[in-house]
Amino acid sequence: MVKRERAMVPEAEFRSYYGRPVIKAPIWHEPHMPTYLYLGGMSGASSLMAILARYTGYPGLARTARVAAAVGSAAGAVLLAAELGRPERFLNMFRLFKVTSPMSVGSWILAAQGGLAALAATSELTGILPVAGDAAVLASGLTGPLTATYTAVLVADTAVPAWHEAHRELPFLFAGSALASAGAVGLVAAPRAEAAPARAVAVAGSVLETVAGVVMERRLGLLGEPYRLGRAGRLMRAARALTVGGAALAAVSGRGRTLAVLSGLALTAGALCTRFGILEAGRASAADPKYTVIPQRQRLDARAEPSAAPPDEREPANRT
Amino acid sequence: MAERMGFFTDTSVCIGCKACEVACKEWNELPDDGFVFEATSYDNTGALGASTWRHVAFIEQTRTVRMDGHEEDVDRWLMSSDVCKHCTHAACLDVCPTGALFRTEFDTVVVQPDVCNGCGYCVPACPYGVIDRRQDDGRAWKCTMCYDRQLGGLEPACAKACPTDSIQFGPLDELRERAAGRLAGLHADGHTEARLYGESPDDGVGGTGAFFLLLDEPEVYGLPPDPVVTTRDLPAMWRWAGAAAVSMVGVVAAAFLESRVSGNRVPAGRSLVGGVLGRGAPGRGVLGGRGRW
Repeated sequence: MVKRERAMVPEAEFRSYYGRPVIKAPIWHEPHMPTYLYLGGMSGASSLMAILARYTGYPGLARTARVAAAVGSAAGAVLLAAELGRPERFLNMFRLFKVTSPMSVGSWILAAQGGLAALAATSELTGILPVAGDAAVLASGLTGPLTATYTAVLVADTAVPAWHEAHRELPFLFAGSALASAGAVGLVAAPRAEAAPARAVAVAGSVLETVAGVVMERRLGLLGEPYRLGRAGRLMRAARALTVGGAALAAVSGRGRTLAVLSGLALTAGALCTRFGILEAGRASAADPKYTVIPQRQRLDARAEPSAAPPDEREPANRT
Repeated sequence: MAERMGFFTDTSVCIGCKACEVACKEWNELPDDGFVFEATSYDNTGALGASTWRHVAFIEQTRTVRMDGHEEDVDRWLMSSDVCKHCTHAACLDVCPTGALFRTEFDTVVVQPDVCNGCGYCVPACPYGVIDRRQDDGRAWKCTMCYDRQLGGLEPACAKACPTDSIQFGPLDELRERAAGRLAGLHADGHTEARLYGESPDDGVGGTGAFFLLLDEPEVYGLPPDPVVTTRDLPAMWRWAGAAAVSMVGVVAAAFLESRVSGNRVPAGRSLVGGVLGRGAPGRGVLGGRGRW
């Protein structure tokens, strides 16, 4: 791959308009947007845990997961509404179902997930309509994983270079982070005797997140840089340390309640750092024109290479 | 649908007067966006934004030119009035969840302020960094190509005000022909650096409704050299997300089934190895997903 080799050249030259960004950086707020990414992921993965726990004989874990799924999606929806420039027009999200807009598709997914999770949790806590509650939790087996992964499409479907080019790995990174988040809630809140599956989910999620993150940064080349530098880099490093550390703690957390709680807290902090770091890396890659210009220029050059024209003829002698 | 209308901005005759910026502000009643002294050039506007729908860029260059057998450094100024491109495949329009952004009968892309809820998705979606959200107002704004004036049979305010006809408005096909002629003329005069930007329907956004004649590479003017509408990769993105969603189901199923089989009595260390690597079908979700890289 020519593109990748060139991207690894450290001091690539490029031209710009007084170093100004070419594209606009995402205007989504902190803490709203990254916290929503965490809550949506936690809610989606918790729904899956709720189903499996319900039908494999972990009633305490099932209850915890149902409540976590409901609280996560409801709180996430509130954050999303607060994020809008015109929060009173929140319902305009449901004027259309628009397949070209991941935010439109995602609004419907989140609405379904929120409704199903609320029904499942209410039924669980009050004991009324148990069949409807079970049906809702089964249906959330579809909306849950979509809630946890559509957000990767949401951020990738932009002109932000570090997000768009990462559209293969981001869904796996988000899926792993979501699993770790839901496992962490199970570790902290579920009865200790039923924590084993939550432990396994947390560890597997941490592994998936970490592997996806490493693969992503490697494959991105130049565009992996925003994930390593500055505030985004610090957040991503903290996320990795907390996630790996939390997973290691989770692995031995069968030995004691304190270990389980510590591990759950570390994993939750790690998941939050991941989401804040992803937003920050996207902003950084939008703010520096090199991440927009260099890959596009390389694409153009690669397309021009097959033609016989020597470079000095293609480019007139007006380089400053 | 009426004929597709567009802008042809011929930067080779732009004199940097900023009449377009002023006319746009006046007609569209745009608020000021701060009074900033950039101290880099005569450009104190900076960039297109929620309240800046025309932006004149100033670039000062020194280049070496061969004259009568010797080489000499010659200064030149590039000036260019930037504007929303009104793309054939418009990312802002594609990603808008409310339908506030729509395509008009003139094939231009316009925001409906009474529908926009300020979600901000269009802002990072635009490959040119055109559209933005107004802080105090909360909604997204950009050039409408003077939709109201067009409905009344008038040309947009910027084109009307341009004293050198650097900004030309008209049916896009006609503008493309005119631009090809102008480009051929400049090349014949020895200005081999002249090139058109955005006029080709084969580019990453399917060609733009507002295209340019430039005298240097696009990035020198702050334009992306090879813009691509982000939604072109959307089907692939959904496929990867789908694979990740299936992997999640696999991981959770494997974790529970493994814990059940081991009956919680196996030491945690060994249990989790089984949960991660999977046992039988569910584990394949994780490995299958990763195997595709």
